[in-house]
Amino acid sequence: MSKRSRRTSVNNIAHPAVEALGAQFAGLDFAPAPLNPQTTGQDVQLCVRVPADRLLDVLRFLYEDERCRFEQLCDLTCVDYLNFPKARDRYGVIYSLLSLSKEHRLWVRCFVNDPDPKVPSVVGIWKGAEWLEREVWDMFGVRFDGHPDLRRILTWEGFKAHPLRKDYPLRGRGEREAFERITTESA
Amino acid sequence: MGLEISIPPYQATKEEFLATKLNYLVDLLRRKGVNWSRKNSLWPMPFATACCGIELMATGASRYDIARFGAEVMRFSPRQCDLMIVAGRVAIKMMPVLQRIYLQMAEPKWVISMGACASTGGVFDTYAVVQGIDQFMPVDVYVPGCPPRPETLLEGVMAIQRIVEAEGVQGPSRQRGLGLVVEPTVQVHVETESANERE
Ligand code: SF4
Repeated sequence: MSKRSRRTSVNNIAHPAVEALGAQFAGLDFAPAPLNPQTTGQDVQLCVRVPADRLLDVLRFLYEDERCRFEQLCDLTCVDYLNFPKARDRYGVIYSLLSLSKEHRLWVRCFVNDPDPKVPSVVGIWKGAEWLEREVWDMFGVRFDGHPDLRRILTWEGFKAHPLRKDYPLRGRGEREAFERITTESA
Repeated sequence: MGLEISIPPYQATKEEFLATKLNYLVDLLRRKGVNWSRKNSLWPMPFATACCGIELMATGASRYDIARFGAEVMRFSPRQCDLMIVAGRVAIKMMPVLQRIYLQMAEPKWVISMGACASTGGVFDTYAVVQGIDQFMPVDVYVPGCPPRPETLLEGVMAIQRIVEAEGVQGPSRQRGLGLVVEPTVQVHVETESANERE
């Protein structure tokens, strides 16, 4: 089965939110694709891609529109596609959305690049995004414009790197050795 | 006819006799008693951050019963403790907390580093885990294992008891570990920040 025919079969799946998106934002190519290429039929879980400059509009539309109603942001995470086969962009920020009233899910992916990976913050839409965005900032160094309190959340203050980036060495860059030492005499 | 010089034996008064005995007792107490009571009433500070903590709890429970060695009074205030048991891996973010708790404990104090993680970092050879707490603070006894069995920890407590007994009551504290500082096993390559690492 060729890629094209699979893409067609996905487009045939009626996902009300994706249809509404296509009608509202005619100029954007959402490229809906299944998260898992093996799934077909009604089980398929769709992922759309959105450019960073339109991200806030699209997400607000998904939150507010009658056909979408994604009240819940299940997860907000990021992938570093460094050295990933055929990847064109480096970071993919992923929003995992759930609508309890409409009983459907949707994944939204937004690609950003070095040297200044930046996406708008969605704290204004889903309040729970605050810590998730801090985590993505801490681990990947993707900035969230408009975040009320963009501090590190997992690593300690003064830590300089973003450790989940693929080019960060596992053993660190000497952070774990550079630390104050307490001896019997100093105690 | 010989000359007889007789010196009457010195008769200590009752008060003097008591004082001598008391001095002797106090002396004995100071030499033996203080350390004897210290070593049999160790109050541990359980710094249990990971799976080793479960084994520490098992050691405290009835089957292994750390109370047989007088160390069952786990206190969660460092001011009331004299034995810190570091059970589990310590993240770099946790290290200042650990050091502060150690500094808050009253002298004399001892430290057990329990398990592979606390002693060397164990299998967690990553940027966020301290590779042996003895790089940053004094340790008296290392308890090997992953996790150590309760018997091993009890042996560690008994080793602390031997250390307590061997130490003088006064004088400089001898807590400087066994001199077994574990160096990092890997050569860490310290890189300068690349262009895209921004704070
Ligand atoms: S030494 Fe083993 S049991 Fe103990 S904290 Fe480390 S991994 Fe867990």
